[in-house]
Amino acid sequence: MSSHENNENIKNPSSPKEELEVFHSIHNDLDQSITEKSKIAGWINDRLPIVASLENTLKKHPYPKNLSYWWNFGSIAGICLVIQILSGLFLAMHYVPNTKLAFDSVEHIMRDVNYGWLIRYIHAVGASMFFVALYAHMIRSLYYGSYKPPREILWWVGIIIFLLTMATAFMGYVLPWGQMSFWGATVITNLFSAIPLVGESIVQWLWGGFSVDNPTLNRFFVLHFLMPFLIVGIVLLHLLALSTTGSNNPTGVPMKSKKDSISFHPYFTIKDMVGFVVFFIIFGYFLFFYPNALGHPDNYIPANPLVTPAHIVPEWYFLPFYAILRAVPDKLGGVLMMFGAIILLFFLPYLDKSKVRSGAYRPAFQKFFYIFVINFVFLGWLGKSPADGWYVWASRLSTMYYYAYFLLVLPMLPKFEKTLPVPESIDEHYKSKHKH
Amino acid sequence: MSEIKNNDNPKDESRRNLIKNAAYATAGVGAVCAILPFVDSMNPSKDVQAMASVEVDISNIKVGEEKKVMWRGKPVFIKRRTSQEIEEAQKVELSELKDPQLDSDRVKAGKEEWLITVGICTHLGCVPIGGQGEYKGWFCPCHGSQYDTSGRIRKGPAPKNLEIPPYEFINEKTIKIG
Amino acid sequence: MKKYFLVLLLLPSFAFANANVDPTIDESKITIAIHPKEAKWEFDGFFGRFDRASIQRGYQVYKEVCSACHGMKLMSYRNLQDIGFSEAEVKNIASEYLVTDGPNDDGEMFERAGLPSDKFVGPYANEQAARSANGGAYPPDLSLIIKARHDGPNYVYSLLNGYKDAPEGFEMAVGKNYNPYFEGRQIAMPSPINDDGQVEYKDGTIATKEQMTIDVVNFLQYASEPETEHRKKMGVRTMIFLGILFGLLLSAKRAIWKNVK
Repeated sequence: MSSHENNENIKNPSSPKEELEVFHSIHNDLDQSITEKSKIAGWINDRLPIVASLENTLKKHPYPKNLSYWWNFGSIAGICLVIQILSGLFLAMHYVPNTKLAFDSVEHIMRDVNYGWLIRYIHAVGASMFFVALYAHMIRSLYYGSYKPPREILWWVGIIIFLLTMATAFMGYVLPWGQMSFWGATVITNLFSAIPLVGESIVQWLWGGFSVDNPTLNRFFVLHFLMPFLIVGIVLLHLLALSTTGSNNPTGVPMKSKKDSISFHPYFTIKDMVGFVVFFIIFGYFLFFYPNALGHPDNYIPANPLVTPAHIVPEWYFLPFYAILRAVPDKLGGVLMMFGAIILLFFLPYLDKSKVRSGAYRPAFQKFFYIFVINFVFLGWLGKSPADGWYVWASRLSTMYYYAYFLLVLPMLPKFEKTLPVPESIDEHYKSKHKH
Repeated sequence: MSEIKNNDNPKDESRRNLIKNAAYATAGVGAVCAILPFVDSMNPSKDVQAMASVEVDISNIKVGEEKKVMWRGKPVFIKRRTSQEIEEAQKVELSELKDPQLDSDRVKAGKEEWLITVGICTHLGCVPIGGQGEYKGWFCPCHGSQYDTSGRIRKGPAPKNLEIPPYEFINEKTIKIG
Repeated sequence: MKKYFLVLLLLPSFAFANANVDPTIDESKITIAIHPKEAKWEFDGFFGRFDRASIQRGYQVYKEVCSACHGMKLMSYRNLQDIGFSEAEVKNIASEYLVTDGPNDDGEMFERAGLPSDKFVGPYANEQAARSANGGAYPPDLSLIIKARHDGPNYVYSLLNGYKDAPEGFEMAVGKNYNPYFEGRQIAMPSPINDDGQVEYKDGTIATKEQMTIDVVNFLQYASEPETEHRKKMGVRTMIFLGILFGLLLSAKRAIWKNVK
């Protein structure tokens, strides 16, 4: 952060610890707390301090007033979690987790259960929309340096949410027991056999048998039902970490005074709702008119252990990692590189040590970043292409760029890049942008 | 927080409130409409509704015989009564009955032969056994309730007569229950 | 050879569609399927609706031609009411079929006339019986065929119309038939719909091969996605509502943020 001479009202934090102190010193003063204005609110709060807690978050805590719509994706992901749990719960009232009955029970939902087709498609399309929100949310963090101190733990908890959501989605896709359900489960669980010495035993333990079969399906159902509630808990930790450090913002300059901030309510409640509606419009477009566009036709064929589909493809949100897995000729190497691609993210706060937090003021960084995003999308496309010919070499080069971005580019950039001057404060930056 | 200058005149402020309330109200309507399909999904599904009524061929039930069928997951007794059983049922005084009901109210006019009852004891839900008991109707082995030839409770803890399900004669050989 | 095909994959698809016109491509060596022909479907698009008359004719085609080998076990006879048959007609159709029920009080399985609540009775007891009767090939269940194939309606339509003689030099396996729309170009099913008038439509429509294939695809689309009409109607209403809500919320947002300086 740049430090200049400034008036005594504004502290310029020069370390993460100082940043936290300054943040905690800014808070809105309410004339009167709702616990005093309303008798009921006071009564409840005396016994369970949730009223004061909520009031703190919504009205007292400072939020940067310059947050852009890129900051909407967190709450959008949150609402996706709620939608998935709600739709999943109602599906579970009719679904049967037995290999002989699963496929038909899903069709029973589609054809006979009142609005069953709607709830099923909400859940299936909703899963894709959840990952759209997650990826957009993560892109925001990567661009604006939201993983940098003091937000390391916030970032790590986020990656855990990402991993748990991927595990949940993977198991969920197995439940309809279509061809892709079965063969996707077979391919991915077989990966664990790459672990030396204990690999085979682990795989049989996962399967509950000698191949993917009824015990596997049953336990995947239980775990798929359970994990979202675990995710809710981790999301609460994520929000707790956020309330401790405060939100980042497009300038990367922390809030230093009351002039930089506004309360969550009513400003971000209404702005989040605008985001929700735009999100629902995109959701609705797929849900009502192209509900199977993001899926695979082979999953409408009942699972058959004797017939392998021509191309086994995971759902689109796994494709980049699938491409990395297949890029490595060695089985164990592929598994390590695939998981490594996500484990790498944990080290981001230590790989990118640029003193300028936000990518908005780092022109060289921006170029590498855009290539990173395009490369990631390209990796996704490679993931669903056949694994031969020039696709193999392209996958290897793409994987190398993915790793090089984190391990080489980001650590080296601070040494060479020319950054743009960072604003003095959020307030100054906001005023310069909103001259009327 | 930032200087939130609330220097609107009342007209602007009320306009702002109107837009805000209109937006929140519309969103609320949307939310309620979104919940309705979920609630409806818990109602009986179409395959269950298709079994809401069942047609039964009664042509091979002899006089004095009883056939048991399933309807909506419950047993239904279809009894073709003898003339003696019909007479006994019609003779009973209403004052003798715990749950007073005329036999003629429990069968279709012109078809007094056919007594169709839900085979679940009105006490605690066991299935009574036909052709047993003092009243020659049904006897419930669980707690000793006794029903007569019209399926009415005569003795024992059951409070009400055996339920008569909705049914109709489609033709001489077939009835539709439900 | 394999690399040649892979390069071809990168070319625009119409390179394949016109393979039989372009003299430089040796068709006897190609096994990759060509892209389906596109037909116009009433159920397509945001305002798609079912052509119930066509669907009823399609059911007749299924019943008289396809059901000899293909089951549709996810359809119930009562579903036929949704495509315009009356309750009495549905009862009649169902009763033509024998359904295995039981066990009876003697402990035996027995056969009875079908009811509207029964699922469609298939031609074979199970997959193994189906394979045994068809030289090892399994005639797939058609309940979901439209959703189980990429670009389902056009694919099925093109496949049914696409049978032709194998090009010279093309090596055909025994018992297979040439169809350029099928992956590998060799399909176990012989052309099922061949002659005009193969079916005599109850509504008097002339049953050309084209008409029959269109009608049967309409029926199969209904069978795969019976909720199509309801879903799209709901979709249009929801999108309009969301559009209005967007306008309201955006105005509210701007009004609330106006004072933030």
